[in-house]
Amino acid sequence: MSESSGAKRMSIIVTKGTLDWAYPPFILSTTAAAMGLDVTLFFTFYGLPLLLKDLDLKMSPLGNPAMKMPMAGMHMGMPNVMSMIPGVDAGATVMMKNMMKKKGVASIPELRELAIESGVRMIACQMTMDLFEYKLEDMIEGIELGGAATYIEVATQSEINLFI
Amino acid sequence: MADQTLDAKGLNCPLPILKAKKALSAMSPGATLEVLATDPGAVKDFQAFARTTGHELVESSTEGNVFRFVLKHKA
Repeated sequence: MSESSGAKRMSIIVTKGTLDWAYPPFILSTTAAAMGLDVTLFFTFYGLPLLLKDLDLKMSPLGNPAMKMPMAGMHMGMPNVMSMIPGVDAGATVMMKNMMKKKGVASIPELRELAIESGVRMIACQMTMDLFEYKLEDMIEGIELGGAATYIEVATQSEINLFI
Repeated sequence: MADQTLDAKGLNCPLPILKAKKALSAMSPGATLEVLATDPGAVKDFQAFARTTGHELVESSTEGNVFRFVLKHKA
């Protein structure tokens, strides 16, 4: 992905690192790259762990009344109080991963690999690295470090700028 | 007959598109790629993919619950 390729560009600020919220940035970036766009992802705050070598993505039904899982022909939500019980969030995560596998939905490690393969540029927010004490050696190869100005420069050159 | 066939049955969005793009990358201009998919969303997506990339969607049909697309690599 050269700077002067003439291709359209897209950038996404990635701020969320739960299993469910990891999907939109990786689906859109891989698809945009497949459609010939130059794509940049800027990982900040809770999105930063998505760049860790060892992904350990989890999700929680807590505070998410829209999360209704198909069960016995119905859609079941989970009362907030359930998430307090140890193992419930882990169970919901396993359930979601199984459901995704069954429905032919790619896993996040798979999509991230495809993103790297297709030349998606990934920038880790330096400030968040410092704040949460992440080490560059714990992150996947090929990422860059940058700050707000680095992102803004990318954004001014992009037709599509998203915040997820 | 298409020059190459990609079986994307059982795969969900965006995998059929990503795999089609990968296959096209290794093909020559003018060559055709047949994609078989079961994701109903692929019908509109392959149209959009073709419009945006310039690869021509020369065929889009349904046989039972399988969607069949033929893409012609742009010159």
